[in-house]
Amino acid sequence: MSQQQFDRRRDSGAGDGPDPDATPAPAAPAAQSAERDEALDSLLDEIDGVLETNATEFVHGFVQKGGQ
Amino acid sequence: MGVGRVMGIETELGITSTQRDPAGQPVTPMVLSGQVVRAYAAGAPAGAALPAAAGWDYADETPLRDARGFEMARALAHRSQLTDVEDPTIATSVLSNGARFYVDHAHPEYSSPEVTGPLAAVRWDRAGEEVALAAVRTLAQEGLDVRLYKNNVDGKGASYGTHENYLVPRSVPFDRLAAHLIPFLVARPVIAGAGRVGLGQASERPGFQLSQRADYLEAEIGLETTLRRPIVNTRDEPHATPHLHRRLHVIVGDATMADVTTYLALGSLSAVLRVVETHPHLLDGLALARPVAAAQQVSHDPTLRATVELADGRHLTGLDLLEAHLDAAEQAAASGHEAWAETGEAQTGPLLRRWGEVLDTLRRDPTGAAGQVEWVAKQQLLQRFAERAGTGWEDNRLAAMDIQWHDLDPDRGLARKLRAAGRLERLVGEEEIAHAVTHPPEDTRAWFRGEVVRRYGAGGGVRAASWDSVVLADERGRLRRVRIEEPTGGRRDRVADLLDRHTDAAGLLSELVSEDV
Repeated sequence: MSQQQFDRRRDSGAGDGPDPDATPAPAAPAAQSAERDEALDSLLDEIDGVLETNATEFVHGFVQKGGQ
Repeated sequence: MGVGRVMGIETELGITSTQRDPAGQPVTPMVLSGQVVRAYAAGAPAGAALPAAAGWDYADETPLRDARGFEMARALAHRSQLTDVEDPTIATSVLSNGARFYVDHAHPEYSSPEVTGPLAAVRWDRAGEEVALAAVRTLAQEGLDVRLYKNNVDGKGASYGTHENYLVPRSVPFDRLAAHLIPFLVARPVIAGAGRVGLGQASERPGFQLSQRADYLEAEIGLETTLRRPIVNTRDEPHATPHLHRRLHVIVGDATMADVTTYLALGSLSAVLRVVETHPHLLDGLALARPVAAAQQVSHDPTLRATVELADGRHLTGLDLLEAHLDAAEQAAASGHEAWAETGEAQTGPLLRRWGEVLDTLRRDPTGAAGQVEWVAKQQLLQRFAERAGTGWEDNRLAAMDIQWHDLDPDRGLARKLRAAGRLERLVGEEEIAHAVTHPPEDTRAWFRGEVVRRYGAGGGVRAASWDSVVLADERGRLRRVRIEEPTGGRRDRVADLLDRHTDAAGLLSELVSEDV
C-alpha cells in the first residue's frame, strides 16, 4: 500500500467526520452501464429457465425454524 | 501472525422438502436434517466420515459459561441453549477433513475444521457446500427430495446462524474486545453482507438491505444466540487450553457464497482482533451512540451514504468506519510489532490490500464491486430483473430469487450460476475444494482428528471426537479419550510419523497419554 493511497483514504473522512465537500459517487459512464446491463440481461436470460415458476407459492413455502 | 490465527466457520443450512410422513404430514426439519447427515456418512467415499451413530464427545461442552466470568443457571436457560445434551435422535458425524457435520436443532450444520487464515477458511467453507450437496444427491438416489440453502433468514421471522470462531489470547480483557468489536461488526456488512430482500424481521417492508442478520440483532452484548441476539456473544467455551485461549464466537455474520466476501469477512475481523491485541489505542474514538440501531441503519442503506452517530457526536458512514479500522490495521502492521510478522505464507499484506481496494471501489461506485461483494452482486441481478419486469422490491419474484440465490444445487442456485459464469471472483479452485472435502488442514489439530477418521475410521477403533478430543478403543475394546487441547497441536509436521507407525486406534493408543471415558 503506497503512502499516497493510504493518505487518500485517510483524507476521505474516516478520522474527521463527514467531509462537507464530498461529492456523491459519480454515476458509471453510460457506455459502461449499458455494457453491464447487457451482461446482466444475458445472465437473466440464461437463468430464466431455472427460476421458480410460482414465486409466491415458493416464497410462502420457504418456512424455517429459528436457529442460533 | 498478523491476520493469521486459528479460526473456523459454522453454518446452519436452511432446509426444505416435499416429503410427507405416512400420515400425510410434512416431514419435520429435524428428521430431514437427520437424513442429510446420515446420507453424507452413508454415501461418502470410504474413510470420509465416521458413521452418524458414532457420536460426538460432549465432555468439554460448556455452552452456558459466560466470558464475563459467570455461568448461567441451567434451569434458567432456554432449551435451545443446551447444546451439550446427547439426544439419540440427533445425528452427528466427524469428517476426514476435520469438520463436524450434524443436526443443530432443526438445521443441518457444517462446522469447518480449524484453519489458520482467511483464505483457508474460504476453502474449507466451500468444501462444506460440497459435503452438503453430496448428501442431497445421495438422498435423491434414494428417492428422497431435500433442498439446502446457505442463507440465514426465511423472510418470515426465523433466522439461523453462521458463526465464526477466532482464537484469541485469554490475556486480552473481554470487555476491551467487546467494546472495539461492536462498531466494526456494525459496519462490516458493507464488505461482508450477503444481501437480503425485505426490511424487518418478517420482511414487513419492501426493500433491499446489505445484511441477512441485522434486523435480528436486539442487544449489544450477551450469552444468547437464539433469542435477544447480541452483536457480541459472550459464550466462553474455548475448546482449547482454557487459561491460554478464548474462542471468540461471532454470531452476527452472514453465510456467504462469494469467495472474496467470505475472505474479507474473516480476514478483516482477524486483523481488527490483532489491532485490539497489539495497538488498541488506534481504535479509540469509534464507539457508537446506539449500536443496535446503527447496525440496521448501515444494513438498510445500499447507497452507502447513510451516517450513524458516534458516542462523541460525530457522524460516519459504514465505509468511513471500515476505513478507520483498515487504517488502524495498516498502522499496526507497519509498526514492526512481532505479532504482525508474517510467518510462512504472506497473509496480512494481501488481505489488507484487498480490503483497501474493495473499499475504494465501493466508495467510487458500489456496482463496481459486484464480482467481490455478495450483496452488490445480488442487488445488481435482482434490480435488473425488476427493471425489465417493470416491478419493485415488493414483487415476490424478487423474494424468490433472494432465496434461490443461496440454493446449494448448481443447477438451481443463482450464486452458483454466477460463479460458474465467472461473475463472482474465485479465490479457491474446484480441485482445491474437492481435496478439502476429504482432507484436513495440515497446520492445526484438525489434521490429527481428520486423519484418524480417514486412516482408521469406526472399523479401526475411532468411536467419537470433539474439537479437543478423540475417543478411541484400545486392544480390549475399552474407550480411551486422547486430548488435543492446543489448537495448533496435532499438526501434520508433528504427528504424521506417529500415525504412519500404526494401522489402527489401539496401536496409536499404545504411544499416547489417554484417560478413561
